[in-house]
Amino acid sequence: MTHLDDSVQTMHSVPEGSSAQVETTEEIRITTPENVCGMGHRMKRKEDPRFIRGQGRYVDDVKLPGMLYMDIVRSPYAHAKILNIDASEALAMDGVVAVITGKDLEAAGGLHWMPTLMSDTQMVLPIEKVVYFAQEVCAVIATERYIAADAIEKVYVEYDPLDAVVDPFEAMKDKVIVRDDKEKKTNHIWHWEAGDKEATDKVFADATTVVKEKMHIPRIHVSSIETCGMVANYDATMGKMQLYMTTQAPHAIRTVFALVSGLPEHKIQVIAPDIGGGFGGKVPVYPGYVICAVASLVTGKPVKWIEDRSENLQADSFARDYHIEAEMAADADGKITGMRVKTLADNGAADAAANPSKFPAGMYSICTGSYDMKAAHVEVDGVYTTKPPGGVAYRCSFRVTEAVHMVERMVEIMAHQLGEDPADFRKKNFIQPDQFPYKSPTGWEYDSGNYPAALDKALEMIDYRALRQEQAEKRARGELMGIGISSFTEVVGAGNSRDFDILGIKMFDSAEVRIHPTGKAIARFGTKSQGQAHETTYAQIIAEELGIPAADIEVEEGDTDTAPYGLGTYASRSTPTAGAAGVMAARKIKAKAKKIAAYLLEVGEDDLEWNMDRFQVKGSPDQHKTIQDLAFAAYTNHPHGMEAGLEATDYYDPPNMTFPFGSYICVVDIDKGTGHIKVRRFVAIDDCGNIINPMIVEGQVHGGLTQGLAPALYEEIVYDEYGQNLTGTFADYLLPTAVESPKWETGHTITPSPHHPIGAKGVGESPTVGAPPAIANAVVDALWHLGVRHLDIPITPEKVWKALRDAGVSD
Amino acid sequence: MIPGEFEYHAPSTVDEAVALLDRLGDEAKILAGGHSLVPAMRFRLAQPAHLVDINGIDDLAYLREEGDHLAIGAMTRESALEHSDLVARRYPMLADAGHVIADPLVRNRGTVGGNLAHADPANDHPAVMLAYGATLVAQGPGGRREIAVDDFFTGLFESAMAANEILVEIRVPAPGAGNGEAYEKFERKVGDYAISAAAVRLTMSGNTCTAARVGLTNVSAVPMRSAGAEAAMAGKELTEEVIEAAGQAAAGECDPSADLRGSEAYKRDVTRVLVKRAIRKAMARAQGGAA
Repeated sequence: MTHLDDSVQTMHSVPEGSSAQVETTEEIRITTPENVCGMGHRMKRKEDPRFIRGQGRYVDDVKLPGMLYMDIVRSPYAHAKILNIDASEALAMDGVVAVITGKDLEAAGGLHWMPTLMSDTQMVLPIEKVVYFAQEVCAVIATERYIAADAIEKVYVEYDPLDAVVDPFEAMKDKVIVRDDKEKKTNHIWHWEAGDKEATDKVFADATTVVKEKMHIPRIHVSSIETCGMVANYDATMGKMQLYMTTQAPHAIRTVFALVSGLPEHKIQVIAPDIGGGFGGKVPVYPGYVICAVASLVTGKPVKWIEDRSENLQADSFARDYHIEAEMAADADGKITGMRVKTLADNGAADAAANPSKFPAGMYSICTGSYDMKAAHVEVDGVYTTKPPGGVAYRCSFRVTEAVHMVERMVEIMAHQLGEDPADFRKKNFIQPDQFPYKSPTGWEYDSGNYPAALDKALEMIDYRALRQEQAEKRARGELMGIGISSFTEVVGAGNSRDFDILGIKMFDSAEVRIHPTGKAIARFGTKSQGQAHETTYAQIIAEELGIPAADIEVEEGDTDTAPYGLGTYASRSTPTAGAAGVMAARKIKAKAKKIAAYLLEVGEDDLEWNMDRFQVKGSPDQHKTIQDLAFAAYTNHPHGMEAGLEATDYYDPPNMTFPFGSYICVVDIDKGTGHIKVRRFVAIDDCGNIINPMIVEGQVHGGLTQGLAPALYEEIVYDEYGQNLTGTFADYLLPTAVESPKWETGHTITPSPHHPIGAKGVGESPTVGAPPAIANAVVDALWHLGVRHLDIPITPEKVWKALRDAGVSD
Repeated sequence: MIPGEFEYHAPSTVDEAVALLDRLGDEAKILAGGHSLVPAMRFRLAQPAHLVDINGIDDLAYLREEGDHLAIGAMTRESALEHSDLVARRYPMLADAGHVIADPLVRNRGTVGGNLAHADPANDHPAVMLAYGATLVAQGPGGRREIAVDDFFTGLFESAMAANEILVEIRVPAPGAGNGEAYEKFERKVGDYAISAAAVRLTMSGNTCTAARVGLTNVSAVPMRSAGAEAAMAGKELTEEVIEAAGQAAAGECDPSADLRGSEAYKRDVTRVLVKRAIRKAMARAQGGAA
């Protein structure tokens, strides 16, 4: 498609003052009393009473009168021509209302294709051929869910199987063309570069040590507990389409629906109710959504579509699947000088990634990580294969997981190669605290950081030196124990409007705060919680700013008819963008409240000062008006000539990304007989800037670490040579449980973001990004003396067993 | 994941259930705990026209010692094994298995009889009962009959029971003098089937093994004993060399197939390791060591 080599240069345009050196502390700042519950309080989650009682309202809980049900006929082949679809037997069944095929969608205005978020195209329903196993072939609409399930077995599809191409390196040879609908008959989609090639080559020419490694970051699935689904409700009389939908980005989806369907945007209402986990998998538009909406238009009735688990695992967007060749150079002092990285990105049958437009490989160029080096050069090529389209940013802020895994593995290999302790080697090569704001060799400007502080805390908490002693003793006895470190840097909070957009829509986000006469409030946001507890976090942010108790603030998201326009929740962007918008809206309200206070107290505005929840006269705090007083006055006794009411909206365009970071240390014990890896300890020190609710942050970290353990040791989507998915249920796609998870030992340092209005950075994805290399490094550390340099994740017991037996170790 | 249409029957006695099975023939499936059958039905891999639910038959769930054996009612839930003092004290191999079958939720519902009657080599009880030399009691239209476990498994998902018979009881021989037993399982994660597992029951006289039975899980198409491992130990002092030989015999004798759990070579070697570990644990128990 396009060459986007110039995208990196624009990264240098971060405004002055948006980055700075800031102090690192450990104390969480609390300025409000318990009853107000502003920032720093461990407030219980406001949404939990309904979730704990099973009274959440998810898409599948939506039941409308006369509702029909949809089920989908899916392809048993990864690549096949469609010769015929015979639905006559299904249509003859009692209760079957319609069968929708690709030809029907074509006749409905070319809806058999749709754009992806990366400006590629993807089939909604096929006419000529299918390009992945479990691809949607046609849909049955019936009066009952069970009838729909029976009827899909009565649709007979005649296929002419074609060769599948599962391996991306094979796909690059163009022997089997996946997308013959395109003008250019090639599977190569795009080429992308970042950094300075010439400078990097020079650094490598001058290096005294170079280490190289090939690694695969496996194809995995978000596996949210709630699968995807929709209830489409088209009201022909009003001409209005209501879409209850499992989406992380309701507003963007509404605009895309309007542009694709031709329905006017004000007649489309997207409602994202409670969502049972998104993790990036509910950002894209899947064919099922489009078919369901069309089914409602065609039948004039509400239509419900809910995927089952296997459909979700087999057909919805995957994540990762990067094949990496990395090199790292170091000088005679053991100082890292550069990195050179080539990567093949397997996108499946369409580039349906969910990256900002200018970044086909997401933020992958953050791959120099926490380390100061002279030069780096990164190349990525996207390729089509006959696998489901993707890939989504699974809890990873756009390909940062891949980048961090690679750099943390390479640093570990280099440290071992040089015979240096991996902790000491990291400290020697870190970007030092006095180097912030730091311009990276691939063009990023890191806002703030203190990497030694986080690593030192982790080392102390786990008693690193004692563990190394224990390891040496065990090794002498023939026992296998490993210690792995990961000192990651994240890049989250997309993002500033100069560089970040999705299909042209800039990646700002929004808040609308309205204070009621009695001092209670409603706040609406352009983001959408999927379990992150926005109802609590946002309420605490506003409580901090205005002194209104968080319990008195109702937070709403997800209904496009009521919430302000925003780009949604993913990439750890909610607090950096919408959270900041909430702060700015509250500050606008405070400015108006000040004018009302001056009027009521009969003083000038300059004579007033803010004190937690009130304006008071300087030097005379008894003369004051609380925010509740001022809210009441805004509706009952506001100054002549001033608009009534107390509300404000803010669309926040962040000046830069935020760069959370942390240091994780993992200890593993390995069973020589079976290859079993036991994660004995895991210490995680996170720095996400100022902390709004420590309990919620800890919860995010616990969940994220478990989702980091998953690909490190368990999860992978596996295909056979014919492109059949071998991991289409949770019996084969292995989610770790509490039994497999270690006791997560968490802690924090606080290095605020200098450009975010409350110094917060975002935390949702740090643990998922940081954990896998800590675990992989620990396993390789246990085996390094046996000649093992690298093991691809997921590190299964068999991979360890093979490495042990190859080294002559047995039990 | 919606099953096809079926008719549901809920008999309240074994006789009633047998009569239904006799009448419905191959069209019927018995619903016990349902943890193998219901998933198969939801994927439409099994589409029985009739389900005979025997959960309403309340005299099939018990655990008691009767004379020379432990009698286990076929509808005894797996969790009952896990929480039974009798089992923990007298039948530690069964207790071992009770802790590692699937996961706690499945064990609350899954039954000992169902686990055996399904005749799935990946299930845990087949190997355990083979190692115990258990007797299975089936009831059909002609009354009850005993089937030795060695004769019970006839193929993949096939047993010696007729379509109109119900498994009602499992009899585990009580431990004699010098008895030692253990079940060692290795799985990818909790709830998964075993990569391999070894069930070992030994009779020890001092350090000498006078009798041994070894059952293996999920390394053959039909639940199997390892005659080679048993022969390697019988009549011998269990030195490390003998134990290694038993492990190697089992590894050579089993017939695993490669899948996502591992290659054939890996499964064979894990079998070797687990057989050895189970033997050591059984020996320790026979000698009054750690339970």
